[in-house]
Amino acid sequence: MKEFKGRVVAPGCVTAPALVSHGGLNTLASFQKALQFGDKKATCGDQNNPDLYGKQMLGKALCLPMTIGSTTGGLVLYCACAMKRQPACLLFSEHIDSLAAAGSVLASVWLDEVSMPVIDCLGAEFLDYVKDGMSITVKEDGTVVVE
Amino acid sequence: MILTKEQQAILDGAQGEVKAKVMKTLVMYGETFEADKLVPVTSKYNHLVTSFGLKMMTPVFDLMQKLIDAGAISEQQFSVDPRPLDPNVPANFLQKFIFNNFMYSTQESYEKQLKQLGLMGDDAFTCACYLDEVGNKPGKGDVLSWAESSAVVYANSVLGARCNRNSGIMDIMGSIAGYVPHFGLVTDEGRKATWIIKVNTTKKPEAQLLGSAIGMKVMEDVPFIEGMNGWLGEELTDEVCAYLKDFGAATASNGAVGLYHIENLTPEAKEQGRALVKENAKVYVIDDAELERVKANYPVIWKNPDAQPKLCFVGCPHLSMQQLIDWTKKVEAGLKKAGNKKVLIPTVFTTPPAVKAEFDKSEYAARLEKTGVILSSICPLMYMNNPLCAKMPVITCSNKLRTYTTSRYYTEEEILVKITEGGNKA
Repeated sequence: MKEFKGRVVAPGCVTAPALVSHGGLNTLASFQKALQFGDKKATCGDQNNPDLYGKQMLGKALCLPMTIGSTTGGLVLYCACAMKRQPACLLFSEHIDSLAAAGSVLASVWLDEVSMPVIDCLGAEFLDYVKDGMSITVKEDGTVVVE
Repeated sequence: MILTKEQQAILDGAQGEVKAKVMKTLVMYGETFEADKLVPVTSKYNHLVTSFGLKMMTPVFDLMQKLIDAGAISEQQFSVDPRPLDPNVPANFLQKFIFNNFMYSTQESYEKQLKQLGLMGDDAFTCACYLDEVGNKPGKGDVLSWAESSAVVYANSVLGARCNRNSGIMDIMGSIAGYVPHFGLVTDEGRKATWIIKVNTTKKPEAQLLGSAIGMKVMEDVPFIEGMNGWLGEELTDEVCAYLKDFGAATASNGAVGLYHIENLTPEAKEQGRALVKENAKVYVIDDAELERVKANYPVIWKNPDAQPKLCFVGCPHLSMQQLIDWTKKVEAGLKKAGNKKVLIPTVFTTPPAVKAEFDKSEYAARLEKTGVILSSICPLMYMNNPLCAKMPVITCSNKLRTYTTSRYYTEEEILVKITEGGNKA
């Protein structure tokens, strides 16, 4: 078991299995198929992301360095939240990027009853340590417990 | 973040609940990046990324309607990304049925919303809004609230405007409020380079391949690129701007680049030179072998990798007038050399409606039509975003299109050979 402390971008507590991307998450490429064609498990469709391609993102503690790609990224994340197909939480090793931040803020301000805690600045060691399937617990103060 | 009295009043609800939420969105967004203040948007026009009435975006349309109903409309007009549909682009009966009745069934109603929100005109649909014919070209130092990654990176790098890589929806929020948070690429410090890219190739690198290599390496950082003046010169000619448009689109889609500087060429690099590079900047050397390595690593996800291509797209981002003329000449010459009269793979060139209108007045329009190439203002990316098109073997010289779809990337030279000489050549 190991604890990491990050910065709270969107507050909340959750426990979920980890899903780890060592490269940037291309939000549009990852979610578009799932949102478009009714895949309720939100299977990642980004062919360029070998860590995530073909894996279910719904309900997972998505651990990543940042999001990349199209500037539709934030609204795609917003739509994923509105359609209840979002990850359980987003855990960034680095400072959150502008697209993921937009998605997170838009969901917080404009949607009711959406919970997707977002923590950033967890450090490179976090991504080195965490592996797919490990249990992740996110606490209100930005503490992330990996076991 | 310190707000002015006016900003605070809006946040407190002086202009209604919806406008207060708009301001709250911008403040929360800015605070995530330790922005110290909100700064006025100074460009004449805005640019939005969301052009498509895609059913999956119903939550976005609902939000747009809330803004319209509350009268939370921007004082800026805006251009928007290309339409997802064009009846001239090849599609079979089933594809057309699915496009019109399922995927883009909300296109018409969404376009109505866009008009209510301030669309520049019926034909303001393009990702290359900064081209002269379109007329949404910000000046140096202008502060923008744009989205569309390829347009943002062009506006920042080639035009010297200031814009963060805003997401869709956030683009319109900044425009409605008239302010954007002061952080990142809006600040002097955020525009400094943390990477030096040394280009040591033996020939002019393919724009979209070089952009891909740099994007994948630096991700969201700002690169300062050396070694390009031998290939591009030191002036921003139409040809160079077209190259930078394609290059930038690849850096932004294969990575998350929002600004690049090219030594002795782009405006800030010309003014400030190496002073733009931060101490301890990382170095990435690109030679012929590195570009080959990057290209060879692109996954081919066609079911049959040897399939005969059924469609070819050129123009993501949309082609400029000069590019259309150059491609027309190249296709003519290629067909002549191969002894063919028309392209052997159904081929679509895409360009802004305003450029198409100008091109249609030129002698080249008839010449291009004679080659069998279809000219459209569609968004190839949106065209391909469905399981039917995704199964088609589509080829492209756009690294952006490759990234987001199942299309297969080839260099422009390879594409030319394939469409003029035969599907599996080159």
